[in-house]
Amino acid sequence: MTLELLLGILQIVLIATTPLVFAGIGELVTEKSGVLNLGVEGMMLVGAVTAFIILVITGSYFLAFFVSILSGIFMSGLFAFLVLCLMSNQIATGLALTIFGIGLSSMLGKQYIGTPIDGLSPWFFVIFSFVTVFLVSYFFYKTKAGLILRAVGESHNSAHALGYSVIKIRFLSILFGGSMCALAGSYISICYAPMWQEGMTAGRGWIALALVVFATWKPERVLIGAYIFGGVTILQMNLQALGLRFPGQFFSMAPYVATIIVLVLISSNKLRIKLSAPASLTIPFYKGR
Amino acid sequence: MNNFLPSLVSRSQSSSLMNFLVPIISILLTLITGSIIFILLGFDPLYALYTFFISPISSSYGISELLVKATPLALIAIGLSYCFKNNIYNIGAEGQLTMGAIFGGGIGILFHDTNAFWLLPLMIFAGAIGGALWGLIPAILKSKFNTNEILTSLMLVYVALYILDFLVVGPWKDPFGFSFPKSRPFSEAGRMPLLFDGLRVHFGLIIALFLIFASWFIFSKTMFGFQLKVSGHSPKAARYAGFNQTTLVFSAFAICGAFAGIAGLAEVSGPIGLLYRDISPNYGFTAIIVAFLGRLHPIGIIFASLVIALTYLGAEDAQLFLQIPSAVGFIFQGLVLFYLLGAELLINYRFTYKKLI
Repeated sequence: MTLELLLGILQIVLIATTPLVFAGIGELVTEKSGVLNLGVEGMMLVGAVTAFIILVITGSYFLAFFVSILSGIFMSGLFAFLVLCLMSNQIATGLALTIFGIGLSSMLGKQYIGTPIDGLSPWFFVIFSFVTVFLVSYFFYKTKAGLILRAVGESHNSAHALGYSVIKIRFLSILFGGSMCALAGSYISICYAPMWQEGMTAGRGWIALALVVFATWKPERVLIGAYIFGGVTILQMNLQALGLRFPGQFFSMAPYVATIIVLVLISSNKLRIKLSAPASLTIPFYKGR
Repeated sequence: MNNFLPSLVSRSQSSSLMNFLVPIISILLTLITGSIIFILLGFDPLYALYTFFISPISSSYGISELLVKATPLALIAIGLSYCFKNNIYNIGAEGQLTMGAIFGGGIGILFHDTNAFWLLPLMIFAGAIGGALWGLIPAILKSKFNTNEILTSLMLVYVALYILDFLVVGPWKDPFGFSFPKSRPFSEAGRMPLLFDGLRVHFGLIIALFLIFASWFIFSKTMFGFQLKVSGHSPKAARYAGFNQTTLVFSAFAICGAFAGIAGLAEVSGPIGLLYRDISPNYGFTAIIVAFLGRLHPIGIIFASLVIALTYLGAEDAQLFLQIPSAVGFIFQGLVLFYLLGAELLINYRFTYKKLI
């Protein structure tokens, strides 16, 4: 009896945490190359709505995820063009991407609110999220390309002097981050929810950004962080469902408060953050003459 | 060899002409993109642009509505410029606005049967305190625990919204409200006085203009404004000059929070008149665009707040007359910020067709 209950909770935690893992690992790759993209929430929303619309129109799950990932590439490509080619402020541009994404997704999805769909089983994606994390970790620490990507994030001038194309490598990292965020979004609208609602990612994009800091920019730790947050979310939902005489809003704010507390605990060691963060994070690269 | 494409050269000094032109360029580019979007949606672009940007303000009622929307935007944006000038990215103004509305509105609910003259000033004061306290949380976490203020201030938005939700469905619910999630209305003395009969534009506009003027004075005439500017441009120079960065972070967050709190209170005691869930259509986030579009300058922010307020009104009209979802307003807001950030390149770099060695 208790074992069944425990397994049930574990299942729910796995299903609820997967989008955080996708978005977190995507953002981690982007940040490792030295670019901070605050547009995660916006890219997730656009990914979620495109997947949903394509599924309603065509009925094909494959096309839904495929087009959704294309939308992530489009959104992050826009960001990449601005911050890499036009050297705009990464923080402000990321915020713009989120605001734009919120607007674009709610405009596209207006007529699809409440449209019923058949949800897809999440288990393939749950497994895929673990695989992705380990592939990214392998890529970073066991391949030459991963080493180059990390070098670009640590010191773009040295990487440039060695003949590596900083702009190209960063562009690709940003596009990878964007497609992962779109995948996270489409997972939410097709497997997790399954429905479309304005702003349905509910701050998960921002929690994914916090995850990268929590993980001190190490891929496997994204998993640990994501499951702490996923666990807190599910715990508060279960406690709320128990009908305690405690107002539900205080449970609902738990994941956000937990994020703040965890960030404080991790960041208070100044040296650790300084040593783990990519040294060129948010610094624009200009070839100069 | 000729260069067909222009090359980018760094300017020795940032161009002040471009600093002035960039917002205008970005607004023009947004209008052009907007017409393309309207054509794609199958509308006559001129008629759609007219519906979006001209017809909402072609009556005195429309102008008043524009000012009602521009008031909180300008007020929050001028507060944000205290943070942004110092490279502090407070993006939680929406939460500070909500907390200001809770504190100030709480006073209004407590004294709902009073009609004394001191009620509104007390509510405004409480609103400022509420916003400032909420703003100080990320400031403390940033300076004491080195925690990224972008993430903490944003997380606190969700916390503030849940607290408001708890209050209006729980302890502050209107006892005569048929269990709708809203508070009892404030008394007449707890409402912002209207500036003109029959129009919704209220005293909050005067407060906003006063605080914008005061900020202009602080930015350009005081040591504090100078310190903000220096530590924003060059943290090392600021440290060398002995400016206390912790004090700057605290004051920037407190001022920004207080302004956002006053904006929130002005919303609930102005057009709304009570507390309920959706007190702000994302004013706190949209004000970020206003601050950037106004180049963090008081005069610029006044114009930018009017432009962005117009996108709110235009979106409502577009939904009414053209059946375009009103979210298109948010798309315009995002686009104008994209173009602005892209065009900022022109301030510090110039194009040349000359051959570079």
